[in-house]
This record gives sequence, structure tokens and C-alpha cells, in this order.
Amino acid sequence: MTKTWIFESKPAILSAGISGGPFEKESPFAKHFDFFSDDLYNEEKSFEKAQRSLIEKSITNSLEKGQVTESEVDALLMGDLINQLTPSGFAARQFDIPYLGLFSACATSMQGLALSAALIDGGYCEKVLTGASSHNAAVEKQFRYPTEYGGQKPPTAQWTVTGAGVVLVGKSTDPLAQAYIEKATIGRVRDINVSDPFNMGAAMSLAAADVIERHFIHSGDTVDDYDFIVTGDLAEIGHSITKDILSERGVSIPDEKFLDCGKMIYGNRPEVLAGASGPACSALMIYGYFLDELKAGNMKRILSVATGALLSPLSFQQKETIPCIAHAVAITSHKGGVV
Amino acid sequence: MSQQKEPLFQAETSRHDKKRPLVKNCIKAFVVGGIICTIGQLVTVLLIIYFPFTEQTAGNPTVSIMVFLSMLLTGFGLYNKLGQFAGAGSAVPVTGFGNAVVSAAIEHRSEGLVLGVGGNIFKLAGSVIVYGVVSAFFLALIKTLLIQWGVL
Repeated sequence: MTKTWIFESKPAILSAGISGGPFEKESPFAKHFDFFSDDLYNEEKSFEKAQRSLIEKSITNSLEKGQVTESEVDALLMGDLINQLTPSGFAARQFDIPYLGLFSACATSMQGLALSAALIDGGYCEKVLTGASSHNAAVEKQFRYPTEYGGQKPPTAQWTVTGAGVVLVGKSTDPLAQAYIEKATIGRVRDINVSDPFNMGAAMSLAAADVIERHFIHSGDTVDDYDFIVTGDLAEIGHSITKDILSERGVSIPDEKFLDCGKMIYGNRPEVLAGASGPACSALMIYGYFLDELKAGNMKRILSVATGALLSPLSFQQKETIPCIAHAVAITSHKGGVV
Repeated sequence: MSQQKEPLFQAETSRHDKKRPLVKNCIKAFVVGGIICTIGQLVTVLLIIYFPFTEQTAGNPTVSIMVFLSMLLTGFGLYNKLGQFAGAGSAVPVTGFGNAVVSAAIEHRSEGLVLGVGGNIFKLAGSVIVYGVVSAFFLALIKTLLIQWGVL
């Protein structure tokens, strides 16, 4: 039987490095991020290089704020959406830290956090850096049309976040501990039979609902144990469908508790259509805003559910439906366990 | 292994689906497409009045000028914004074709002039050219046959 991973030692998030692009600078949550590039190129020659530079910036900031040097970090777990994870791999080239590349599409942030907590709880590592990144124009180029192409996007389309969110994870006894990782439920790949790459939220809804339901079954927790259940980038349509599927399966989450980073990050800007997406979406919001709230004690415990669509430009042209994944990680402000 | 695809939820997903505002989009496309074509007509008229072109020969220079204008708009990052607003209104006229070519060229400049720009410039417009030529061939073939048979 599958089960929830319970981290007895409660590994802690020690510091975060969050970078974004010019559009993210206008986010209502911008004060929780610490670096913004002036344009999509960030003084580099291509979008992919710009993404790499944002990752480097976030890693550097995270190391600095965590008061550690590269040699003290045992592992770097990173991922993004670009072919062969080149932005992550190329950024890792700059650091003397053992590196593992991760891919769960936009669910990479929570895959990384769950694995980091497991590595620390299992005694394999003392300190781990993990994060995820995306770049709006680099993703458009790979998955859709050239950035300047004048195609009309449907209202279900989402806006890929530009940025990188990285956290340093360590032992709960560390004096810099900001929030603690309690448990994680690893998702199963689910397919709800959506093949439209401009309707990713709907495609991901079943995977999200599945992992949330399983988290409650396997961990024994109830909705009441959490202040918020935060999904990654389901956006308007996907978030509503997820709620429907959950209530059909007997898990009812009140609206005010059920949030989505993709709906939140840009406020109400019409040009983002249904909402935001991309691995950086959950990384920026969870490691930026929600971590700050947990640290400040405004929230006691959240369930962070990052969601990813496992498609490629080839797979949707070959008319395949979009299989999706979601990973859930419970993060708490409280070291002691019972809140 | 359990059943991995759950088609049962197809109805579920369509309930929250946001439809494209069809009527609104059609009106916007009609107005913007109309404006673009009016500008094109204006260029044609100016070419006939001020330059040695006739109604028959003014077509080609008009297309070139319209594509040039769309190239400028694309380069300044404005055509994609127009496209999101106008949809087919800015995609169907020849300016949309220009935009498809130029946007691909700009996008792939980072991979070099030969493999990047040269290899990708017709990434989007290529299929327009291929099927344009193929359908022109078949139309010409039908016309030729009809003339041969004395129908036309």
C-alpha cells in the first residue's frame, strides 16, 4: 500500500532565495521575493541563459541567507521545464555541490522539498538546496509559439511565471529554522483525458485531487488540521474541477482554505487569462509568501500541493492526452508536532 | 494496474470550461481585419496615384509594404498584443503571415543565422506555403481539365 512519508526529525527550511522577472515585480506578493531582473533577458543573450542566471541568483541568495558555504551543502536538487533540464544543470555547474536533476514539470518544487526532507530525515544529508524555475519566453518558445507571434490564446490558457525559487533545507535544530517539513505524499500519474495544451489546469485537476485525497487517507490528517491547502498552478478552471472531484470523493474543503498559487501570484491581471503556471509559480509562492507567513506565525500548517503536466511539444502534436502529477508536502510553523 | 484514464471526468472538466467569446471575437476580428484591409487599400490607391502602378500591378508592392509594416510591429513587440485582441482579424490578412515569419526569425536568432533563423523562419509559415502551393496546383488542374472538356 502506498503511504505518506512521515519525517520524524522534522527537517527545517532554513532560508529561501527567490528571483523573478519584470512581470513578477508587479505581483502583489513581490515583497516576499528578493531579486528581479529588469527584462526577460537579465543581461544574457537568450531566454534560456536568463533562466540559468535567475537560478544562480536564487541559489547564491539562499546560501547567503542560510549563512553557509557551498562545501557545507550536501546536495542540490533542481528542476525546470526546458529540454534536458539545461537551465538547472548549467546553473549547477557554477557550484561545488553534488547535483541531482529533477523532473515533475510544475510539481518539481514539492518533489524537491519531499526528497530533501527524506534525505535529511534519513541521515544521508545535513543540508540540501532544492528548488524549481521557469521562464515565460523560454517555455513559450519550446512548448508553444514564438514570443512575438500574434496567435490568440483561449481564456483557459495560463501565463508561465519567470523566476526561480530555492530553499536551503537542514536539521530542525538549526537556529535559522523558519518552518518544518512534517510529511509528504508522493503523487500518482493521473490522466483525465484532456489533450488541449491550452487547458493545463483541467488536465492537472485529477492528479491534484488524487494526491490530496490520498494524503488525508494515509496521514490520518483531516482538512481541519491545515490552515490552507495550496495547489501549485491549477488556475481558475483546474482549481474548480479539483474541488468538484474532491467533494465527490467526500473530501470537502471550504473555499477560504483552498488556495491556488496560479490564481494568487498576479492578482487580477486580465492578460494572464486563467492564471499563472510553471514550476516557478509554486516555488515563488510557497518559498516566498507562504514561508514568510509560516515564519511569522500567521499560519500554523499548510499542505502544499504542486501540480505538473507531463507533456512534451511532441506528445500533444501526436494527439496524446496529458498525464499529470502532483506532490503534497505538509509544512508547519511548529517544531513540536501537535499544533 | 488500475484503469489509468478516467473518461468519466470529461463531463466534469467541461463544466468549468471557459468558452472563447465567439461573437465578441468575431466582431473584433471583423473590425481589426477590416481596418488592416482598408490600410492596404489606401496603400494601393496611393501607389496608383503617385507611382507608375496600375490596378493590376499595384498588388505586389502593396503586399510588400503591408508585410514591412507588420515586421515593424512584430519587432517592437506590438503585433502579439494586437493578435490576442483581434484573433483572426490580424492573423488572416497578409500581415499575419509576415508576423509568423518575423516572430520565428527573432525567436531563433539565438541559435545562429543558419541553423537558427534560416532553419526556423518558416516554422509557422511553412505549412501556409506548402498547402497554398498544393491547393493552387489542384485548382489549376481542375480548371485546365474543365477547359479541356469544354465546361468553362
